[in-house]
Amino acid sequence: MIAAATTVTPAERPTSRGRIVAFVRRHPTVAVGGALLLLIVLASIAAPWLGTVDPISIDPSHRLRDPSAEHWFGTDRFGRDLYSRVMYGGRVSLIVGLSVAALSTVIGLAIGLVSGYLKAVDAVVMRIMDGMMAIPAIMLAIALIALSKASILIVIAAVTLPEVPRVVRLVRSIVLTLREQPYIEAATAIGTSVPRILVRHLLPNALPPLIVQATYICASAVLIEAALSFLGAGTPPEIPSWGNTMADGRTYFQLKPGMVLLPGFFLAVTVLSINLVGDGLRDMLDPRLARRM
Amino acid sequence: MHIFLIRRVLAAVPVIAVVAVFVFALLHLAPGDPAAIIAGDLATPEDVAKIRTKLGLDRPLPVQFLTWIVQLAHGDLGNSIFSAHPVSELIGQRLEPTLTLTVMTLLISVLLAVPLGVIAAWRVGSWIDRFVMGFAVFGFSVPGFVIGYALIWLFAIELGWLPVQGYTPLAKGLWPWLSNIILPSVTLALAYMALIARITRASMLETLNQDYIRTAHAKGLATNDVLIGHALRNAAVPIVTVIGIGVALLIGGVVVTESVFAIPGLGRLTVDAILRRDYPVIQGIILVFSGAYVVVNLIVDLLYTVLDPRIRY
Repeated sequence: MIAAATTVTPAERPTSRGRIVAFVRRHPTVAVGGALLLLIVLASIAAPWLGTVDPISIDPSHRLRDPSAEHWFGTDRFGRDLYSRVMYGGRVSLIVGLSVAALSTVIGLAIGLVSGYLKAVDAVVMRIMDGMMAIPAIMLAIALIALSKASILIVIAAVTLPEVPRVVRLVRSIVLTLREQPYIEAATAIGTSVPRILVRHLLPNALPPLIVQATYICASAVLIEAALSFLGAGTPPEIPSWGNTMADGRTYFQLKPGMVLLPGFFLAVTVLSINLVGDGLRDMLDPRLARRM
Repeated sequence: MHIFLIRRVLAAVPVIAVVAVFVFALLHLAPGDPAAIIAGDLATPEDVAKIRTKLGLDRPLPVQFLTWIVQLAHGDLGNSIFSAHPVSELIGQRLEPTLTLTVMTLLISVLLAVPLGVIAAWRVGSWIDRFVMGFAVFGFSVPGFVIGYALIWLFAIELGWLPVQGYTPLAKGLWPWLSNIILPSVTLALAYMALIARITRASMLETLNQDYIRTAHAKGLATNDVLIGHALRNAAVPIVTVIGIGVALLIGGVVVTESVFAIPGLGRLTVDAILRRDYPVIQGIILVFSGAYVVVNLIVDLLYTVLDPRIRY
C-alpha cells in the first residue's frame, strides 16, 4: 500500500483552502461522509424552515396525494405531508444514534476499564457480557420495549443495552494488553491509586479505537431504531420517524412505492454517511487497523 | 478431542444460563408494572390481576425464578397470554419458513462473498477490489427493509418476475417455494455478504503476504491452487468466526425481512407478539434464537480443529 506522504516545507504556508483540499485528497471517505452527514444534521435541525408544514397535522381531504408543488413527496393515508415527515423524521434517528453512541460508550468504558484491570471482577462480568451478546440486538430491544410504555427514552435505553457488551469487550482487550506495560508497572510501583491509573494512564490509550467504535454504534443504533419503529415497537406513532413513516406507507406500497422508498432512502444515506465517517476515522486514528481491514 | 468437546459444550451452559436469567430479570427490571402494560390501556383491574397470576408475578421472586428454571429444564416455555397455546408449539409451527430463509441466506452469502473477498484480496487495489469494498460499505449501511422494498418494487411490481410477498411450503412444489424465497434471501444476504466479503479480503491479504505463498508460486503451482489450497485454507479461521458471529445479525434481520415479505415464520410471530404484548412468546423466541446462536458458534469452534490442525484444545 502506498501512503501519499505530503510534507509541507515551512516556506510555503498552506492557505486554509489548500488545507481543505489536501484533507479531502488524503481522506476522501471522511470528507464525503462528513459532508453528507453535516447536510443531514443541518436539514433536521432546520426542518421547520425548509418548506415543511406540521408533520402530524391530519387532512382527510388530501389523502394519498401524488407528489406536487404543494406536497413535494405527496401525502400519506391520513393526508399528512410526507416531505415534512421525512425532514422531521431525521431528528429522531440522529437523537437516538448520538445518545446511544454516547451512553453505550460511557457505560461500556466504565465496565471495561474496571473489568480489564481487576481480575476478580473480570470472570463474572465477561460471562454476563457473553450471555448478553448471544441475544440478537433487535430481540433484546424488543423484549425491553414490550414491557414499557412507548417513548423515545425507552427506545434509547433498549438500543443501548445490547451495544454495551461490544464496548466492554473492546475496552477490556485494550486494557489487558496495556496492563502489562512498563509504565503501568511504574505507576503502580510509585503508589498511584487504581482509579488514577485507570483514568490517567489507561483511558487516553483506549480513546482512539473507542471513538471509531462509537461511530459504528451510532450507525447501528440509527438502523435498529428504524427497524424497531418499522415493526411497531419503537418511536411512538405520534412522533414522525423514518421507521414508522415507512411502516405507515407499507399498506399502499404497490400503489405508491415512494411512501416507503423515500424515507428509506434518507435512512440509508444517513447510515452510509456515518459508516463512511467511521471508516475514515479508523484510517486516521488507527493505522494498524486500517491495514488489516 | 472428546475432552475438548465436553469442555466446550459445558462452556456454553453458563452463556445459556445468563440468557435465561437475563430474560427473566427483564420482566422484573422493566420500569412500571409489566402486568398492567401487557394488559393494555383498556384493561380493568381484574384483567391486570389475572395476567399477574398467569405470569406468576404475584408469587415471591425466588419462587418465580425457580419455577421458571425448572420449567425451562423440562423444555416448557410457558403458554401464550393471547391464545393460551404452549409457546413451544407456536414456535414449532413457524419453524419451517424461518429455517428455509436462514439456510438460503447462509448459502447465498457464503457462496458469493467468500469468492468475492478472495478475488478482491488477490487483485488488491484493482477495480474489482474497489467494487467489493464499496459493496461492503453499501451492504452494511442500507437497511434490510429498504433493500427488501426496493427489490419488491423492481422484480415483483415493475418486472413481474417474482411474487410480491408470501411463502409457499416446499411440499407444494420446488418453484413456488423457491420463487417466494429468492427475494427475501437476497435481501437478508446483503448485509451478511458485506461482512463476510470484508473479513475474507482482510484475512486473505494477511496470508497472501506469507513466505509459503511465494514458495507455492515459485514451485509452479497454478494460481487457483495457491489461492484456494494454500491461502484460503490458512485464512479460513477468521472467516468462519465471522460467519458464526454474523448469525446474530442474521437473526435480527430475519424478524424485519419476514415482516416485509409477509413470511409466516418466527419473525412474524415476534411482531405479532409485540403488538399483543404477549411476553411469554417473546421470551420463548429470544431463548430459541439465542440457543441457535450459541449452537452455531459451538459448531464454529469445533470447525477450528478441522480447518487448522495446529489448533488443539
